[in-house]
Amino acid sequence: MINAVLSGDLPRSRVLSAALVVILVVLASAPFIFDGAQAINTSAKICVFIVLVASYDLLLGYTGIVSFAHTMFYGIGGYGVGLALYGWGATWSSAATGLVLALAAGIVLALVIGLFSLRVRAIFYAMVTLAVASAFAILAGQLSDITGGEDGRSFRVPELLRPGFRLIDAPVLGTQITGRVIAYYIVFVSALVLFLAGLRIVNSPFGRVLQAIRENDFRAEALGYRTVYYRTAANCLAAGMAVLAGALNALWLRYTGPDTTLSFAIMLDILLMVVIGGMGTMYGAVLGATLFIVAQNYLQKLMGTASKATEALPLLPNLLHPDRWLLWLGILFVLSVYFFPTGIVGKLRQRRG
Amino acid sequence: MVRSDYLPLLLVPALAFLALPLIGNPTTWVTLTIAALAMGMMIFVISSGLTLVFGLMDVLNFGHGAFIAIGAYLAMTTLLPMAGWMQADSLTLNLAALGLAMLVAMAGTGLLGWAFERVIIMPVYGQHLKQILITTGGLIVAEQLIHVFWGGDQKPMALPTALRGAITIGDVAIEKFRLLAVAIGLVVFFAMSLILNRTKLGLLIRAGVENGEMVEALGYRIRRLFVAVFVAGSALAGLGGTMWALYRETLTAGIGSEVIVLVFIVIIIGGLGSVGGCFLGAILVAQMANYTGYLAPKVALASNILLMVIILMWRPQGLYPVAKR
Repeated sequence: MINAVLSGDLPRSRVLSAALVVILVVLASAPFIFDGAQAINTSAKICVFIVLVASYDLLLGYTGIVSFAHTMFYGIGGYGVGLALYGWGATWSSAATGLVLALAAGIVLALVIGLFSLRVRAIFYAMVTLAVASAFAILAGQLSDITGGEDGRSFRVPELLRPGFRLIDAPVLGTQITGRVIAYYIVFVSALVLFLAGLRIVNSPFGRVLQAIRENDFRAEALGYRTVYYRTAANCLAAGMAVLAGALNALWLRYTGPDTTLSFAIMLDILLMVVIGGMGTMYGAVLGATLFIVAQNYLQKLMGTASKATEALPLLPNLLHPDRWLLWLGILFVLSVYFFPTGIVGKLRQRRG
Repeated sequence: MVRSDYLPLLLVPALAFLALPLIGNPTTWVTLTIAALAMGMMIFVISSGLTLVFGLMDVLNFGHGAFIAIGAYLAMTTLLPMAGWMQADSLTLNLAALGLAMLVAMAGTGLLGWAFERVIIMPVYGQHLKQILITTGGLIVAEQLIHVFWGGDQKPMALPTALRGAITIGDVAIEKFRLLAVAIGLVVFFAMSLILNRTKLGLLIRAGVENGEMVEALGYRIRRLFVAVFVAGSALAGLGGTMWALYRETLTAGIGSEVIVLVFIVIIIGGLGSVGGCFLGAILVAQMANYTGYLAPKVALASNILLMVIILMWRPQGLYPVAKR
């Protein structure tokens, strides 16, 4: 049963399995075990990023394509749903229309970029996506009549998801079932389903071809697989998943704007999560996203304390300043590309064998 | 490289005359065109090293933006104690101060480039995926270190007295600094062309771009050549970064990422590895940026993507493709 749900790709490490179970249980019961808004927000963010990072891993880890446009697709999803709810009223039908339009736009764009530049080489694709994504981000910031510009758009969600909504009057297990709790579970269940779908894709014959292309594209081509076709298909699939992740994020935040969806900083975060978690292993996305976001929220406080404690010393407080946490992650990133390119998941699996 | 291929050269005047009726006013058009030339020269200085490094060793350095930013910050730090020279009403003193700052920037980024090549790039030769990841990681670390050493706030970067303002010829106003930028860009371009086409070193570099293995088989150490080119490219990025910051008159840690997008478009348009293509691409991109910046500022960068798409549809490998690729 578990084998079928996980598409035959088991964690293959006791520590990894334990970590995954803990993450699953905590995320599944987050509204009941946490009190504060911050913890729930963190959990929802982790769910969204697991999908986003897993879809990026489909590209980077499984197909061997480096794209810098993943946040663009994430943003298309966010803006699609957000602008639809803002412009056409807070109903389910406008959210669905927005989502369908965003999906179509994202996949067509991925198809065009893919057909245009994937023919050439991986490095070419990385540069083209970087340029296109920057142009898109600037455009979204400039066309303020439509997108709300740099400020973004806050919008109302359907009645069912609003904080004021009560599913049952009495609290369940000490928690009031508000619209926020329902919204959280929509995010959680969608993320779980999308993650399992991702696992299904990479373990299908199609996924095997992608891995073959990653290992040796020339040989894959010689075996009769049209590598351009497979690469473009992987690109479109990843883009579609990223659009869905963006839509979930918009529904949860009830806001969409360039800083939360399109910025290059988020692209770097995704890269860090994939590499630190483990490229080419879907479970790496779960571990990478969870560790990264928890660290982002809680490590920074720790660094703040450390920075204060070393105030008397030269330079050290600057290095330990909470805003500088990306410095340490960057160093960790470089080291992990060198010394354990398969990331945490790869290390854990190695220990077992 | 095909020497007799002059067709792409016509793109520059073609684009300029296409823009003339759209802009309408001839004096504005002249000002914009000269501004485009200046900007193009700066972008060329920044991107020439990157494209050569790629051509020679198949290494694409995504961390190139860090050298741009660090060069600019080094120049700013050098200019601080020389405020007297900068404010003096004498072109010689002004240029001496600027020249010194540029030299410091180039020396600093060159040295840094050497270290970067040793530590970051050497272990991942021949592995594109890892190269992109590692150099991006290097970019993150470098940008954060700028924050550590110089702080994150925006810094002013004033032009020296003699270079402020504009010269007016008839109705056309030309900013003085832009003339300096054009001059520096042309000097770099001609120096580079001379070295590449008239010296033994240049011959080896060009041969290395065409076929590195053969150069090695003839007994030359292509690795040393490569390190030299990498260091020179980093130094040029530092120089370009200094010019860019002076042109903007402000400086933030994000300056590198801001320019690098244009730089990538330029080297794709020019043909990866081609210096001549890079020169032409830089001018075209700057023209596009300046014309659309005037006509429809909101789509300035998007218009450059369009330019890239059109050129790649015409020549999928860039304007001047390098033979082996």
